[in-house]
Amino acid sequence: MTVTEPSANQIPTPDNNLNDQKPTGFGRMLRKEDPRFVRGLGQYCDDVTLPGMLHLAILRSPYAHARIVSIDTSAAEAHPKVKAVVTGAMLAEHGLAWMPTLSNDVQAVLATDKVRFQHQEVAFVVAEDRYSARDALELIDVEYDPLDPVIDVRKALDPDAAIIRDDLEGKTDNHCFNWQTGDDAATQAVFDDAEVTVKQEMIYPRVHPAPMETCACVADLDKVSGKLTLWSTTQAPHAHRTVYALVAGLPEHKIRIIAPDIGGGFGGKVPIYPGYVCAIVASLLIGKPVKWAEDRTENLVSTGFARDYIMIGEIAASRDGKIRAVRTNVLADHGAFNGVASPVKYPAGFFGVFTGSYDLEAAFCNMDAVFTNKAPGGVAYACSFRITEAVYLVERMVDVLAYELDMDPAELRLKNLIQPEQFPYETKTGWIYDSGDYEPTMRKAMAMAGYDELRREQAEKRERGELMGIGISFFTEAVGAGPRKDMDILGLGMADGCELRIHPTGKAVVRLSVQTQGQGHETTFAQIVAEEIGIPPEDIEVFHGDTDNTPFGLGTYGSRSTPVSGAAAALVTRKVKDKAQIIASGMLEVSVADLQWDKGSFSVKGDPTKSVTIQDIAMKAHGAGDLPEGVEGGLEAQICYNPSNLTYPFGAYICVVDVDPGTAEVKVRRFIAVDDCGTQINPMIIEGQVHGGLTDGVGMALMQMINFDEDGNCLAGSLMDYLIPTAMEVPDWETGHTVTPSPHHPIGAKGIGESATVGSPPAIVNAVVDALKPFGIRHADMPLTPSRVWEAMQGNHTPPI
Amino acid sequence: MEISMNVNGDDVVRDVEPRTLLVHFLRDHMGLTGTHWGCDTSNCGTCVVWVDEEPVKSCTHLAAMAGGHRVKTVEGLETADGLDPVQEGFIQCHGLQCGFCTPGMMMTARALLDRNPDPSEEVIREAISGQICRCTGYSTIIRSIQWAAAKERETSVSLEGSVA
Repeated sequence: MTVTEPSANQIPTPDNNLNDQKPTGFGRMLRKEDPRFVRGLGQYCDDVTLPGMLHLAILRSPYAHARIVSIDTSAAEAHPKVKAVVTGAMLAEHGLAWMPTLSNDVQAVLATDKVRFQHQEVAFVVAEDRYSARDALELIDVEYDPLDPVIDVRKALDPDAAIIRDDLEGKTDNHCFNWQTGDDAATQAVFDDAEVTVKQEMIYPRVHPAPMETCACVADLDKVSGKLTLWSTTQAPHAHRTVYALVAGLPEHKIRIIAPDIGGGFGGKVPIYPGYVCAIVASLLIGKPVKWAEDRTENLVSTGFARDYIMIGEIAASRDGKIRAVRTNVLADHGAFNGVASPVKYPAGFFGVFTGSYDLEAAFCNMDAVFTNKAPGGVAYACSFRITEAVYLVERMVDVLAYELDMDPAELRLKNLIQPEQFPYETKTGWIYDSGDYEPTMRKAMAMAGYDELRREQAEKRERGELMGIGISFFTEAVGAGPRKDMDILGLGMADGCELRIHPTGKAVVRLSVQTQGQGHETTFAQIVAEEIGIPPEDIEVFHGDTDNTPFGLGTYGSRSTPVSGAAAALVTRKVKDKAQIIASGMLEVSVADLQWDKGSFSVKGDPTKSVTIQDIAMKAHGAGDLPEGVEGGLEAQICYNPSNLTYPFGAYICVVDVDPGTAEVKVRRFIAVDDCGTQINPMIIEGQVHGGLTDGVGMALMQMINFDEDGNCLAGSLMDYLIPTAMEVPDWETGHTVTPSPHHPIGAKGIGESATVGSPPAIVNAVVDALKPFGIRHADMPLTPSRVWEAMQGNHTPPI
Repeated sequence: MEISMNVNGDDVVRDVEPRTLLVHFLRDHMGLTGTHWGCDTSNCGTCVVWVDEEPVKSCTHLAAMAGGHRVKTVEGLETADGLDPVQEGFIQCHGLQCGFCTPGMMMTARALLDRNPDPSEEVIREAISGQICRCTGYSTIIRSIQWAAAKERETSVSLEGSVA
């Protein structure tokens, strides 16, 4: 029987359309940011206009690999509207031609010696308007000496491959790093002993987050004060400020980063790109504000890609379907510079969770990362660092095992899930899963899908030659980095500050280090504070995205806002509440221990008529008269929260597809997603985030790929070539949830922003492969476009990269 | 060249380069930054505005082509009576997250409802199929438009009732 769960986002009725009818706290609440967005009054970077502002455009390389012989800028400089033309050689004179990446590699701001990927930055022009700046790019004459490009990642380590990174002293090959996790010998022992082993190579192709808003910035360096103000599309304003201070040598207190409204990030706005640095240099050089706004092609071809792993997966199991060990060997394409945005000690991000949601005897991963003549990146595209790849690997491999054992993939998963009493569960690669109760989540998804009925329908359809597939994935995410003892970005510990001030009249402002890109922080964080202190969310201003006016923290990515800054917001509020309680004890003339809290007011135990509201206390804290001894005036606090562990949201997803036997087109008919992100703050926002991630999953599984020809020309340089799902390619999503709070998070929340992007691609691919079972196929590589599915039906399931 | 048009009810005259795109005319010359620039290739639809009553992608429409016509942008949706029901629907049904595609989506939705007061889910999906949203997964956008349609049908029924 199919069960349904009411959607948090069903069309609201008069009885169900406002703040869950409660003045404070968690529940469905309409977003505080929406009134400006629906009026077209959001302020994104490209909306920022300053008096005298100039426009910057970047000249990019047509070659993937070529030595720069000469650059002639004289014609561009002669353009009447051009203010400056800058090349790498000019930057080098000031020591600014190279900048650090987030992975302790370096990347050229403008190429000096040679270009290492197509569309690499070679020179920039600053002009009076955007059109003139681009006109002048056409007037720059660059002579290149083309070199052999390294495009096929499998050939990057060949002895005769061209050396891409000859800028690195002593570099004689294209190897970037080797990384291992788990126990090689113990894993081999299980494989030697296993009744069944399966092995499958699979490719997670290069994709791009492609947020609707491309990257942009406005740099304004005040000549007199020496202060740089940078409006920037950044998910991590504080981290960026520190990096700019280190790169440009500007004193950090003279840098103010403002991240205004951000039109989607999805990990793509975590790195620092050459365009930002160019704009800063230009403003420094010319003494005027300078805007840089990339177009869509520049966004797709030069800013942070994601994935690009070739993975060989192996499972050792017993004949009856007990999974005993998982092993993988990965070849990772990092492009021309190692621009991975991961904590420093984790060069492969959190790929270590490739052990999945299963209780194993052993696991091992060996990974080699290489340089190729492609754009740098390796961003966490709507996922925690590299977890999308890890979950795809294990969930695809479980289906490969199910195929070989001829077992139902749901039954196989249920047989192997970690049991509730095993939490906190330490995986064979050393990750401590904080909490989980997996089977009810899986059972709920199966009930919502009507799993048994779907299998019966599939059997009937197969009889008639119709291709229907049912795909499952069960995933565990690892989100919310730090803790700081293990995790840092370029030496900056991954902990978050938060500051709360209660004004005299009982209204409040909470200041965050993280930066929303559409996640609804202005609403969610107001709800967190409201739940803790009883001030209605509409009376709480959430301030963020300005490094001069918010406490330090590492930013919004890897689903870390709620796990880290959400905890910080709850704890800073508790700190303020503790002080409020002392003041209340003075006002009510009882001891602190004799007070009881009732969301918004303290009353005397046993005498509820004697009470003071938080608003009364706020006025007292700022007003005339004495406060209890030792208590300072004011009602505010600041903390820095360092998480003791990651949080581990999980979920069970079921996808139903129909494949047209004549055209090989895949139609996602249904998608059921049951997520467990611990305590839910705003179910409406949670469901919205899940919907978005599922759509991304359809994109990655069926449509999106950044591909190259053998000369290194990027073939996905526009949205005509890089296909993103529209409303026509996705179904109406069916969502449900279970709640297993995180034990160490102050409100038990785990983060949800990226679960669906992580969990959905394997469910969709598993469904397509399941549909193709009559063809004897157990694997096919993404993106499963009609031509690839058609090829798979002809027996060719692994197309060239 | 000098071009004149009516933007959200106001007659405007500007001297611009002939190659100026309508999206840049609105944003850079008129200061109407609600219309966004997303892809240059008519694929993403964040730049949709109306020329007369017809939704167009202003990133591939010259400002000069709009000369002598009426242009309506997201800033023109709200009236003295308040938000357009489409705007209200997007708030009520969580039809937006980052807000970047929202102006274009709402302009298309408004045009749809002006032609079809009771569109089915399939009709709405097709109507917005020339537009991309990276955040919502579209279901809530569809519900937002349905919410607006329902509200307008209610209003028109009560208006008809009062006339009768």
